[in-house]
Amino acid sequence: MEGLKLELKEKIIEQLNLEDVSIEEIGDDDPLFGDGLGLDSIDALELIVMLDKDYGIKLTDPKEGKKIFESVAIMATYITANRTK
Amino acid sequence: MKIENYISNYCHIRNNTVSVNGELIFKEDSNSEFADFSKKGYKQLNLSYSKFFKMDNLSKLAFLGAEYVLNATKIDADDNVAIVLTNRASSLDTDRKHQGSIQDKESYYPSPAVFVYTLPNITIGEISIKHQLKSENAFFIFDAFNADFLHAYASSLLEKEKAESVLCGWVDYDGEAYDCFMYMVSQKGQRKHTTNELKNLYKNKD
Repeated sequence: MEGLKLELKEKIIEQLNLEDVSIEEIGDDDPLFGDGLGLDSIDALELIVMLDKDYGIKLTDPKEGKKIFESVAIMATYITANRTK
Repeated sequence: MKIENYISNYCHIRNNTVSVNGELIFKEDSNSEFADFSKKGYKQLNLSYSKFFKMDNLSKLAFLGAEYVLNATKIDADDNVAIVLTNRASSLDTDRKHQGSIQDKESYYPSPAVFVYTLPNITIGEISIKHQLKSENAFFIFDAFNADFLHAYASSLLEKEKAESVLCGWVDYDGEAYDCFMYMVSQKGQRKHTTNELKNLYKNKD
């Protein structure tokens, strides 16, 4: 699980072009949206594509993402339970 | 009555250099790629605007050109600043990236962050968001810099009082080839707003 959290932080920084954010600055339980990393709705869609492409998880309802993308820890738990690749 | 308009400030971004009103602001190594060059252009402005790094290259180029001109001009969100931009390649550079992501049916993962930039007028949106402008705007495609058209369009906006000033320019990006010339037209300034002046300034000949 720790390895997956680290992997997710790396992917979030790279794929969402978070230029001035380092892995160390993203806490496992930090909120990704709102006051946390300040991600926006396009970032949310990008994370949905990432779940599909990298972990074989298809979210049919974008609203599901609101809960899943609360933090890196919650994402890692969800991916571990649902991944197909 | 026909009013006299002027070019107040202008900016060139080409060949890894940025100049404002003909004065060199900074120059990068000629081997430097646009990604590095644009990042340095951003840092040189001392901005804290992380959205810049999410933009495609065309929007980064337009954003930087606008920042340099608007910094020199000093505008407020209440000022009625129209934006009229032009280029040759439209958003083709990003269109190709998007096409690449949907080419293979077995690996069909279009990126929403890329797709949103598959229109050239998104550049105007980025500038407007940054400066909270809710003004007239348009983006046109031409084979080359068209001073006659830009002069006529900006003059019309000003004469019909659709805007108090107009940020105009040529912002073209395709591959690593790029060219940006932006300028502000209003009733204030030193240089008369004429097609000949625009042609000379575009070529960077004072």
